[in-house]
Amino acid sequence: MDFGTLLQILDSTVRLGVPLLLACLAGLYSERAGVFDIGLEGKMLMAAMLSGAAAFVTGSVWLGCLAGIGGSLVLAAIHGAAAITFRGNQLISGVAINFLASGLTVLMAQSWFGQGGRTPALDGGARFQALTLPLADTLRPVPVLGPVYADLISGHTALVYLAFAAVPVTWWVLYRTRFGLRLRAVGENPGAVDTAGISVTRLRYTAVAITGLLSGLAGAYMATALQAGFGKEMTAGRGYIALAALIFAKWRPWGALWACLLFGFFQAIALRPDVVEAIVRVKVPVPALDALPYVLTVFILAGFIGKAIPPRAGGEPYVKER
Amino acid sequence: MSLSRYFLGAAATLALSAGATFADPALIFDLGGKFDKSFNEAAFAGAERWKAETGGSYRELEMQSEAQREQALRRLAESGSNPIVMTGFAFGDVLNSVAPDYPDTKFAIIDMVVEQPNVKSVVFTEEQGSYLVGMMAAMASESGTVGFIGGMDIPLIRKFACGYAQGVKAANPDATVLSNMTGTTPAAWNDPVKGGELAKGQISQGADVIYAAAGGTGIGVLQAAADEDVLSIGVDSNQNHLHPGKVLTSMLKRVDNAVYDAFMAGEDLEPGIAVMDLGSEGVGYALDENNASLVTDEMKAAVDEAAAKIASGEITVHDYMSDETCPALSF
Repeated sequence: MDFGTLLQILDSTVRLGVPLLLACLAGLYSERAGVFDIGLEGKMLMAAMLSGAAAFVTGSVWLGCLAGIGGSLVLAAIHGAAAITFRGNQLISGVAINFLASGLTVLMAQSWFGQGGRTPALDGGARFQALTLPLADTLRPVPVLGPVYADLISGHTALVYLAFAAVPVTWWVLYRTRFGLRLRAVGENPGAVDTAGISVTRLRYTAVAITGLLSGLAGAYMATALQAGFGKEMTAGRGYIALAALIFAKWRPWGALWACLLFGFFQAIALRPDVVEAIVRVKVPVPALDALPYVLTVFILAGFIGKAIPPRAGGEPYVKER
Repeated sequence: MSLSRYFLGAAATLALSAGATFADPALIFDLGGKFDKSFNEAAFAGAERWKAETGGSYRELEMQSEAQREQALRRLAESGSNPIVMTGFAFGDVLNSVAPDYPDTKFAIIDMVVEQPNVKSVVFTEEQGSYLVGMMAAMASESGTVGFIGGMDIPLIRKFACGYAQGVKAANPDATVLSNMTGTTPAAWNDPVKGGELAKGQISQGADVIYAAAGGTGIGVLQAAADEDVLSIGVDSNQNHLHPGKVLTSMLKRVDNAVYDAFMAGEDLEPGIAVMDLGSEGVGYALDENNASLVTDEMKAAVDEAAAKIASGEITVHDYMSDETCPALSF
């Protein structure tokens, strides 16, 4: 495998890893606050459809992105109401959101555009364009680091840089701010937070809203940056892979980054069976490569690679004693 | 009172006679969905053409899951639709068990052979059409490397790939053909993001013409090719208009003709196997104003000559499904 191929695979890793990373961070906020969310997939799908539709109608990708986030926030609010206010089962609410989004996106797109649940193809300003970082072309001749900077680091869309920036920001918010401390506490022991005179309900709603925002970005990235429009079920299970990555990361922001890049890398090498064959000298079936992220997650859950302990109050609605 | 009874009676007679003499045909779309801009959409176009020309009406059904197949078939047969046309190889097993229960109903299945006395099986020689676009790909390629991206890894899609590779090698024996399949489950027909990444992977390996036979996933392939400024080849329907000037051509599979013919025949549909090949214009390549600047006269002459030779039997294109091997490509 030559250097160019490696760069191409890593480039592909970044593109495939970013929707996972955004969705994984989204799940992290919610689950750290004690609200399990398996509705990430549905929120991404809704955001993908609305961002594709709004970007096409307005011609502006940023307005499209906002519409996508809006749609995702509405679903997040439904999940919040069911899980926090009405103390329903969080898993069932998440599943309901996935089903709702799966059907509703196609139905809405069909009634608006009549193209079989697809949104029309986007071009120009209705789509996120690749950004060329300063000096990318000047530095290209520098050995090794030049191509890495010019091809791997430069040349992605704005949302990619936003996603990577979200990792240190999340770390800082969770571990260095008062809000973060309370957020983590509310996922471990909501009773203690309540005793301190802080509203558990409000904290959890805030966390669920941040989840909506981030999964909205993930969906918008798929429909307006990676692709040029929404297609039926285009998230193809990425919301679930992100949940697996969250377990893999043991609910920590930096871990989420590495887990998502690792999973993205597995997806990227699954696209290049010729390279895998050249390295291991055996023909590896593509489905085996596709299954790797799930196999790894099972290993983690079984406790082979450290232990993943979820937030203690996760999945339990908080009932205030009177 | 008597007047209203008279009208009711008349209406009832009319309804009865309509049911007895005039059975509507029905069309069932496979999982890719009616508007996949490809295979199913071609079937839809054929049905619409029949509707526009005859003024008739037809029933249609879109599959949502594997489990619905038998239920959908039975429901349409029970309600008196005749003939019932279905698109897609996946209906094969179900039709085989359902058809004998409705001996008076005629069925037509596209892309699969079902041997029942009331079933017409329409199959296409995709390897011939793919051969032609393969020749064009090799002639349009400057790097000598061309790509193929399939949807779900099934023998039918390998048949496309194999015909394409043979065409490429016929026009340029030194050319390299890269081949990837999107997946092994039906989800592989609907993952444009993965299709786009596969295309980018092939482009980084030097491919400058990529042929997508992947249903909805192909939309992502064509998009990625247009983004990276290389050529792509569409499939089934004419997809040249999706990215004008960036889609070299489309391998046409006249599913619309098959549906149109079946609807036209109505209840007199002839059972048996119909092979739609180059000679009967069942397959071919698309040329319109969107790709006129990409297809040179030389290219067109070479392809038309090959088409004539295939139709006359002078060139035989190997069919992957006949023996599950391909002389020009290894899977």
